[in-house]
Amino acid sequence: MPAPRTLLDKIWDDHLVCSPDGEQPLIYIDRHLVHEVTSAQAFEGLRVAGRRLRRPEATFATPDHNIPTTDRRLPIADPISKQQIDTLRANCREFGVRLFDLGDADQGIVHVIGPELGITQPGMTIVCGDSHTATHGALGALAFGIGTSEVEHVLATQTLRQSKPKSFEVRVEGELHPGVTAKDLVLYLIGRLTTEGGTGYVIEYTGPCIRRLGMEERMTVCNMSIEAGARAGMIAPDQITFDYLRGRDLVPKDFDQAVARWSTLPSDAGARYDRSETFSGGDVVPQVTWGTNPAQVVGVDASVPDPASMADASDRSSASRALEYMGLEAGTPIAAIPIDRVFIGSCTNSRIEDLRAAASVVRGHSVASRVRAMVVPGSGRVKRQAEAEGLDRVFTAAGFEWREAGCSMCLGMNPDTLAPGERCASTSNRNFEGRQGKGGRTHLVSPAMAAAAAVKGHFTDIRQWRYL
Amino acid sequence: MQPFTTHTGNVAPLDRANVDTDQIIPKQFLKRIERTGFGQFLFFDWRFLPDGSPDPAFELNQPIRQGASILLARRNFGCGSSREHAPWALDDYGFRSVIAPTFADIFFNNCFQNGMLPVKLDEADVDELFRRAAAAEAAGHAYRLTVDLENCEVRDDGGFSRSFAVDPFRRHCLLEGLDNIGLSLKHVDEITAWENAHGLTPLPGGTT
Ligand code: SF4
Repeated sequence: MPAPRTLLDKIWDDHLVCSPDGEQPLIYIDRHLVHEVTSAQAFEGLRVAGRRLRRPEATFATPDHNIPTTDRRLPIADPISKQQIDTLRANCREFGVRLFDLGDADQGIVHVIGPELGITQPGMTIVCGDSHTATHGALGALAFGIGTSEVEHVLATQTLRQSKPKSFEVRVEGELHPGVTAKDLVLYLIGRLTTEGGTGYVIEYTGPCIRRLGMEERMTVCNMSIEAGARAGMIAPDQITFDYLRGRDLVPKDFDQAVARWSTLPSDAGARYDRSETFSGGDVVPQVTWGTNPAQVVGVDASVPDPASMADASDRSSASRALEYMGLEAGTPIAAIPIDRVFIGSCTNSRIEDLRAAASVVRGHSVASRVRAMVVPGSGRVKRQAEAEGLDRVFTAAGFEWREAGCSMCLGMNPDTLAPGERCASTSNRNFEGRQGKGGRTHLVSPAMAAAAAVKGHFTDIRQWRYL
Repeated sequence: MQPFTTHTGNVAPLDRANVDTDQIIPKQFLKRIERTGFGQFLFFDWRFLPDGSPDPAFELNQPIRQGASILLARRNFGCGSSREHAPWALDDYGFRSVIAPTFADIFFNNCFQNGMLPVKLDEADVDELFRRAAAAEAAGHAYRLTVDLENCEVRDDGGFSRSFAVDPFRRHCLLEGLDNIGLSLKHVDEITAWENAHGLTPLPGGTT
């Protein structure tokens, strides 16, 4: 009998093109997603070398990072952003790549539209010049971020040089309490794994708590794997995955046959992981980051930690620096921290279920007078769906801004940024210094927690929320 | 790609852990469509005060560290975004090598694509290098190190010498300055065979 294999082993074995003596293996790449910020230099490299794309139809492009999220009929005011987007258009035209352009009904954040259009499928290898490519692993794909030189390599060869990563099973038992979301779970896990606990590994999330998560919740979990250092996070496909994919635009025509194939992907009983850790979903409470990396996180019912209480010298100095940057005192209860801005969006939390969760909190309430709050849907489709359900009106009636799809204030490359010193409750994935604007202070939370903070003007425990 | 064989240069100590690529090259500089010219923006938000003048408190702005070509840092260097602009900026600024206890995976990869050598040393050895750099600077001169990829060794002229591990294939590519794509295209028959076996037909006009 062949040795039992993990999901990662199966995808890896199936995509290994060759493993020449003295070289790193070459693996085949099924889908390549491209956006405006990390592709221009790759296309230019091809042009200079006189190379073409090996499989243009495996490549999909969309502008998302630096586009404005205001009225799409207006010209882009920033000339450099405009040049980058024009360059993407010209490159897609020249090299025959399908582009979901600004103004296209299906444009959106690359990690939102991939699953939504059925580009992402179980068992595939998927890359993108973007570290949150791990998102697609939620559907049982091996998906990870690459640099621009590797983007060029994939465009030209449809393969990647890659040593096989180690496997890390993160098993979550039990279930989440009401009010606790996938975002809280992943922030909790990162807090325990640390920012580099997953370096060199592909994480496979397993266990009953993970199985209970819906498809979009699974995307939230896999999305943030990179914040624990893991290039990829994955969840074995099951009925939830197949139900999500059925009927999407780009899934295989013979869907049932595909399901039969995908059903063989989950790790075999007795398969060995290089490392395993087990957590309990019932231990997780709503999370709020207090520092400048996503592992600097505590429960909403806790207080800002005291760096002096930390055992490790380097943790201590990072924490002191972080508190200084964040303008926080050790010992301050999280719920007492006032906020100025709220951002609901990003490839972590901008899907329809995220917007529904936030809207149900906001319904009948108003945004606190000190707060400016915005909702940026992840894609044109999410936006239309939300509008069909009337969520946009719930948000705007409460005083939220309702925007067009894009990355927006997740990284603030477009005009949506924090001013120095402004404090933001954000559903995005990085609270790095200056990420949302120079001097801006980011606290990562779930969509429901962000919505509640918008109403209260400070963090509050969503488990005690009075839904109207 | 520029080869990397042996490099001797001044060390710039940056005593911080988890230095993310958002700090190495902030997003407002990612809009350029070239690979060059990013050095002026390296560590921009740390390096410059709001009025645009250099922040005298920032590590790399110390006069003694001007012209340094080896960056010494703490663990998990280069975490966060996959932006290759980070190694482009370090390279363009003049760094040829970064030494740290651990690196984030994507950044580590990206260095090798650009003829830059990331070197992993034990935490204790990195501590020792920070001490030696501080002592040299206290004595009024920059600390010099040699990073030798041929012998996989880091050494100074004061008795410090440690070997480091590096993937043999990556080492070979870096020593020779090889074009990675050209090298992979030598396996085009295997790529085609894979495509055929998976029911994909090679496209006319695709790379052959
Ligand atoms: S939403 Fe944020 S994290 Fe996601 S792809 Fe865009 S910039 Fe990157």
